[in-house]
Amino acid sequence: MSILVVADHDNATLIPATRATVAAAQNVGGDVDVLVAGENCRAVAEAAAKLPGVNKVLLADNAAYGHGLAESLALLAAEVAANYSHVMAPHTSMGRNFLPRVAALLDVAQISDIIEVVSEDTFKRPIYAGNAIATVKSNDAKKVVSVRGTAYDPVPEEGGSASIEDLSAVHDAGTSTWVKDDIVASERPELTAARVVISGGRGMQNGENFKLLEGIADKLGAAIGASRAAVDAGFVPNDMQVGQTGKIVAPDLYIAVGISGAIQHLAGMKDSKVIVAINKDEDAPIFQVADYGLVADLFQALPELEERL
Amino acid sequence: MKVLVPVKRVVDYNVKVRVKPDKSGVDLNNVKMSVNPFCEIAVEEAVRMKEAGIADEVVAVSVGTKASQEQLRTCLALGADRAVLIETDVEAQPLGIAKALAALQEKEKADIVIFGKQSIDGDNSQTGQMFAALTGMPQGTFASKVSVADGKLEVTREVDGGLQTVSLTLPAVVSTDLRLNEPRYASLPNIMKAKKKPLDVVTPEELGVDMTPTLEVISVEPPPERKGGIKVASVEELVDKLKNEAKVIS
Repeated sequence: MSILVVADHDNATLIPATRATVAAAQNVGGDVDVLVAGENCRAVAEAAAKLPGVNKVLLADNAAYGHGLAESLALLAAEVAANYSHVMAPHTSMGRNFLPRVAALLDVAQISDIIEVVSEDTFKRPIYAGNAIATVKSNDAKKVVSVRGTAYDPVPEEGGSASIEDLSAVHDAGTSTWVKDDIVASERPELTAARVVISGGRGMQNGENFKLLEGIADKLGAAIGASRAAVDAGFVPNDMQVGQTGKIVAPDLYIAVGISGAIQHLAGMKDSKVIVAINKDEDAPIFQVADYGLVADLFQALPELEERL
Repeated sequence: MKVLVPVKRVVDYNVKVRVKPDKSGVDLNNVKMSVNPFCEIAVEEAVRMKEAGIADEVVAVSVGTKASQEQLRTCLALGADRAVLIETDVEAQPLGIAKALAALQEKEKADIVIFGKQSIDGDNSQTGQMFAALTGMPQGTFASKVSVADGKLEVTREVDGGLQTVSLTLPAVVSTDLRLNEPRYASLPNIMKAKKKPLDVVTPEELGVDMTPTLEVISVEPPPERKGGIKVASVEELVDKLKNEAKVIS
């Protein structure tokens, strides 16, 4: 067996979910190679080469891959995949975007968002917003698999010394062009990588009140998230959404504030190590999964919490 | 321009699903079925394109059993002009569905094909991208804004950390994210009118498509239960527990 892991990165650094995908690939067994496709992204290839257990890094450094456009990246990955039994990528927005194209080009099914490798051809994955776990076996010659980043501990950043091989093949589909990125610059950690996450729900009442979470987040080094109800109500942007249709997080500490605990939301955070719920409704379903529940008015509890931390 | 909108019949999002005792799947007997919520957003976007004069025809299509006609009628009531059911009793998987839709697209020659970003049953998030690859079309996935200008489609996408905007040649594929629009409700007169709109049925065989699944579901189990913990009486007690018992803050 030989596994190709396609790296998610921003041309400068490797996204941590890539390291989790390498960990999942090692569970499948066999040689693990990493494909880094981007523009001026040699630093990413060098970082990938240092990951323990990586056999070889393939570097495709070309303007065609600069913005990770799925049309060109999929052509490249499908070509490189010829030499591998498995193609794996993190189930990030990048992986979700390009990987199904690779599967279709290879004429095989994809197994999305796996949380466990059972064997080389069998995987576990959540369905129905995490209300059921399916064990799925692929009967295809090649397995194309995306990995839930929070399901595996990322391999360490150091310890390996793989070789880097430059790929000269350039695939430019020519059908899509990048216009712009509006990436929110934040001092805070990224939601899916944060050790602590504090999220607000409909109980926050408006976007302005999310400021109440900021002081606490600063003290804890936490990322700020939101429930789908808060996003739907327009309090905060969609990229803050924690839930089955948003981000899946599994931090050491998750603090849910003014969140009732809809199934949709629980699916995105119930693998957190410690869950705290602050809600004035003592019957809110969130308390059924919380390790520590505080029945209180969040507008009083939050300033006090910030003060006591 | 013609807009094609593939939709899926799924369990209604308000239903709490239960795993069957024999672990063969999820119990769908006597539960309410609906149009997948992300597909509903796709229909709404297509209908708005027609209302804005960008599109002149909106075609809804579904791949599934005869029962999916019910969801196609809903799409017609929401403003689609006609519907096509690719009827199969096979438990359709994303690649098979994408192949059937690609075969239909050869006949329909739609300029824009709008998918939901994922269905709330399988949670795969694959079909639109697979269709795009099979037809060689570019894609704007997880769209929160779509506009047409100078014969190109500009799509703003919700990506990790923010937004990305791409420009696509036509024909192109879009997949919808939550914030693209808020779907309307079908009015009673429109529901009545929808009954008279055309709904064609074709089979995968007629389209020359093999939809045999290659993924085998070995078992479906309920997720591990998370046990509830304790209630604390005050913020002070909470901070104490987090520091000294859970040891997650210092």
